[in-house]
Amino acid sequence: MSLSLSLQVEAIYRQDSGKVLATLARLLGDIDLAEEATQDAFVTALKSWESKGIPAKPVEWLISTGRFKAIDAIRKRSRLTVLEPELEHRIEEIQEANLSFSERDIKDDRLRLIFTCCHPAIDPTVQIPLTLREVCGLSTQDIAKAFLVPTATMAQRIVRGKAKIRSARIPFVMPDAASLPERLESVLSVVYLVFNEGYSASSGTAALRSDLSQEAIRLARTLLDLLPDPEVRGLLALMLLHESRQAARTNQEADIVLLEEQDRSLWDRKLIEEGLLLVQQSLASREFGFYTIQAAISAVHAESKSTQETDWAQIVALYNVLRQIDPSPVVELNRAVAVAMRDGPQAGLDLVDNLLETDQLADYHLAHSARGEFLRQLGKPTDAKSALEKALSLARQTPEQRLLRRRIDSLVLK
Amino acid sequence: MKYMLLIYGSEDTWTEQEREDCMLESMAISDELESQGKWIASSPLFPVSSATSLRVRNGKRQITDGPFAETVEQLGGYYIIDVVDLDEALSIAERLPPSKKGTVEIRPLFPLPARRASNITAEETR
Repeated sequence: MSLSLSLQVEAIYRQDSGKVLATLARLLGDIDLAEEATQDAFVTALKSWESKGIPAKPVEWLISTGRFKAIDAIRKRSRLTVLEPELEHRIEEIQEANLSFSERDIKDDRLRLIFTCCHPAIDPTVQIPLTLREVCGLSTQDIAKAFLVPTATMAQRIVRGKAKIRSARIPFVMPDAASLPERLESVLSVVYLVFNEGYSASSGTAALRSDLSQEAIRLARTLLDLLPDPEVRGLLALMLLHESRQAARTNQEADIVLLEEQDRSLWDRKLIEEGLLLVQQSLASREFGFYTIQAAISAVHAESKSTQETDWAQIVALYNVLRQIDPSPVVELNRAVAVAMRDGPQAGLDLVDNLLETDQLADYHLAHSARGEFLRQLGKPTDAKSALEKALSLARQTPEQRLLRRRIDSLVLK
Repeated sequence: MKYMLLIYGSEDTWTEQEREDCMLESMAISDELESQGKWIASSPLFPVSSATSLRVRNGKRQITDGPFAETVEQLGGYYIIDVVDLDEALSIAERLPPSKKGTVEIRPLFPLPARRASNITAEETR
């Protein structure tokens, strides 16, 4: 085989195997079978294209070939399990499936696959790895490393997800208009969780984890391309704005640098500009939600030269909207910090103390560290110290623990 | 694709009136599904106090009074439906009155293998 052909096939594989898989998954209703058929189709392509050359529409060729490979595989398997009438019916369906695929159909199949992998009937802890594996094409080994579990455990989760799709017949379709908002919400939350896994990088696998952030951004771009919804835009904006601070978030010792101390010249202006534009577009649609508001808050920071020059009144106003859309103790805590920046530390302390009284945030280290900071600013270093020590006892990631220790050590006790 | 919808709920949270309304509504849904060719079977069940469990161990029948497992929510009825996919099964489950009070578990029916040729002959010659 010529070197150039194999390189070209490799390039097609990298770029398009996800599309081939997504369409085959829809046709076959079975991701395992679709994966096998995709591999077979590429192997066949290497042989066939050697003599006949690369076809005009290689993706369509691969899908069509994969389809017949899958039918062969079903026939072969059936000798072992025998499900005759159902099986014949299925094979007919696959054969009769529309032979001409438009560019749009193929694109939509990727979207359908995302919705299938994030179907609420699949265990939430399985949705994320399944999406990374089947939609993003990450290897099981890499996913396992990023989530710090053994490869075998991760492989099991993915197998479980694929089996559920097959046996319960979870469809590969776009949700209907009535259930779209609810279904989109679960897709967006999967994307955001993938991003956060990467963003809160903490251990030796930091490089792999930052890949996850990139993957989440890529996924959101694909999603936006296929489904231009304000919240998809909002989520992409939010992730881009967070990502823009990546270089400033940690110092050379891998210690956390807080927003007020970050060197803002390190912020990535290109990502910020893209994020700002997306936020404006989403806000203008007036159909925005949770992600867009968070992105808007992030945008206010991105546009400010320093913490002092930040428009805290605007941020508090945005939190007031956010607490109505998505009330949660964490939103209340973040709002309390913004209120403190606007009205002074006593106002913030009162709000956090109220929150802690309701007990919901009692085990959340950031509630205690915020409290410690307010007390320090109020000239009560002893009280600040015990609040920060409480936070330290609750913090689980080493960079956060180091940050808290530094803050405790820098207190000037009377 | 055939699914069984298992209706779970606490038996003591229903008043007589609610129970009757629920059954009438369920019958209407069953009739509608039947007219669409999607209904196979459905029925409410007597309370678990009427249940009898049997197992055969070492060739001997062991019969006990009561359900297989004591749970907070009990199996109170079932539907067997024939629909396109899980999403359609979910949208039917959502309409069933007990989904508002209890839980509807949706289980795909496992397709049976084709009968072996020898079995068919055996049946035919019987």
